[in-house]
Amino acid sequence: MSLDQKTVKRIATLARLKLSDDRVGPMQQDLNRILHFIEQLSEVDTSQVEPMAGVNTPFMPIRKDVINDGNYVEKILANAPEVACNMFVVPKVVE
Amino acid sequence: MTLKNDLIRLTLADAREGLRQKKFSSLELTQAYLDAMAHHRGMNAYILELPEIALGMAKESDKRLAKGEGGALEGLPLAIKDIFCTEGIQTTAASHILEGFKPSYESTVTQKLKDAGAVFLGKANMDDCAMGSANITSYYGNVISPWKGSNGKDLTPGGSSGGSAAAVAAGLAIAATGTDTGGSIRQPAAFTGTVGIKPTYGRCSRWGIIAFASSLDQAGPITRDVRDAALFLEVMAGHDPKDSTSSTREVPSFEKSLSQGVKGLRVGIPKEYRLEGMDADIVNIWEKGAAWLKEAGAEIIDISLPHSKYSLPAYYVLAPAEASSNLARYDGVRYGLRVPGRTLDELYENTRSEGFGAEVQRRVLMGTYVLSAGYYDAYYLKAQKVRALIAQDFQLAFQKVDVILTPTTPTAAFALDETPTDPVVMYLNDVLTVPANLAGLPGMSVPAGLSKEGLPLGLQLIGPAFDETVLFRMARVLEDAAGFTPFLER
Repeated sequence: MSLDQKTVKRIATLARLKLSDDRVGPMQQDLNRILHFIEQLSEVDTSQVEPMAGVNTPFMPIRKDVINDGNYVEKILANAPEVACNMFVVPKVVE
Repeated sequence: MTLKNDLIRLTLADAREGLRQKKFSSLELTQAYLDAMAHHRGMNAYILELPEIALGMAKESDKRLAKGEGGALEGLPLAIKDIFCTEGIQTTAASHILEGFKPSYESTVTQKLKDAGAVFLGKANMDDCAMGSANITSYYGNVISPWKGSNGKDLTPGGSSGGSAAAVAAGLAIAATGTDTGGSIRQPAAFTGTVGIKPTYGRCSRWGIIAFASSLDQAGPITRDVRDAALFLEVMAGHDPKDSTSSTREVPSFEKSLSQGVKGLRVGIPKEYRLEGMDADIVNIWEKGAAWLKEAGAEIIDISLPHSKYSLPAYYVLAPAEASSNLARYDGVRYGLRVPGRTLDELYENTRSEGFGAEVQRRVLMGTYVLSAGYYDAYYLKAQKVRALIAQDFQLAFQKVDVILTPTTPTAAFALDETPTDPVVMYLNDVLTVPANLAGLPGMSVPAGLSKEGLPLGLQLIGPAFDETVLFRMARVLEDAAGFTPFLER
């Protein structure tokens, strides 16, 4: 399995990364090297194995569904590049 | 009064004693470190130095010490890896994308350090978003190890906690915090002749630590000796309701366990960790380490961890997958860098392409690919299954042995101008450390000797979950037997 340039561009779009044309080739080469390396996993028989998402996931605690934190809009907005009326500002989305 | 040069050579434990006995003040100790930091700025160990904050904290510590009060780390000056959110203090994870970000909250680990009276000297340099094994991906430039190659070349301190390790080795911090996702505490510790421990997953809270791969990330200390690692980890560890993966288990006194010895303990030597073409120096130090433990009364047992070979490929599916998801939050809207665009999508793309370094972009793309429709089962799910087999290998091994001994890295530190350009070759640095992260087990690196070129080599101890105590007991024996001379004493 190896990635063609079209696929590299598609995953870049999915990841919201802009790859200029001169970067697509080198990135394709790097990703294919990594992909080739991880292909080794196919040698392992995992037909009888459950996937492991994390180390202690069976013991996830459950807490009461109550509000115990909040009410600091200013702190949340403190690092925003652009703010208006207690909200984050982005370019116009709806025409 | 103790001379400044001597002050920066003390261990945490010795400095703590000196402060209690009023041999020197925290202000004097802190000033000695600030002077050393200013003198060695060329190493680039810090992204941000905090002289005013440090002196203010030191003064407060001196007041408490004068009254006979104070916490476990009272008045002791530390470096904080720039991945821990510190309230009101810039926190970047060495990434352009977080330049100028001043968290409005404190990470749980750094809060614990503050509560214990520690002094913060500054935010230590690291790899961009903790992705790297040589500290060469930082937006703020390479960190240079205090150690030099035989030809005088500048060396990598390792990564991603390279600034932390270099600072501790060179006397620019008495100890430092690190984080370890695939070896980022242990590999730099090995490269700089310092001690580093990644505790069991869940031992330290991850709250307020900038996330890389959430199922693998753990915080831990980098220190000058084993005892310091024990007393430092005791402060960092403990349950935190704000991190649902943090363990409710009680944190034992690691420091008290140090003198227990290793008599009767069984040490496993996994044959799969003897890599093809491995440096003779590394093999020698490994054999020496086993002999030292045997001499101290431990039993050496050959074991097999059959799926070891697949750890690194599994890691390079899982870590990028989790990273691509974690790093989706950097969008130029809520914090950090914003590069304008005509549309919202353009703003996202412009910001992320300029804000993330090349290695981060590679991993985000890889992660996005292995999670994308049509490839999820083949890569992501497959890697999760292999992860289960790797964890099972360890479970079976720990029925036969109490601890596992391996080298920490396949080579000693390499020169910064000889850094591999092939990402896969770079990834091989972590081949011996990644399995402990996948299985969630504690792993520790102890300096054990020097290579032919005179560079530090580390031995790694891996223990069963939540049994850091056995690592400290073993590490103390290795440390005593190795008689390693740290950089500052040379």
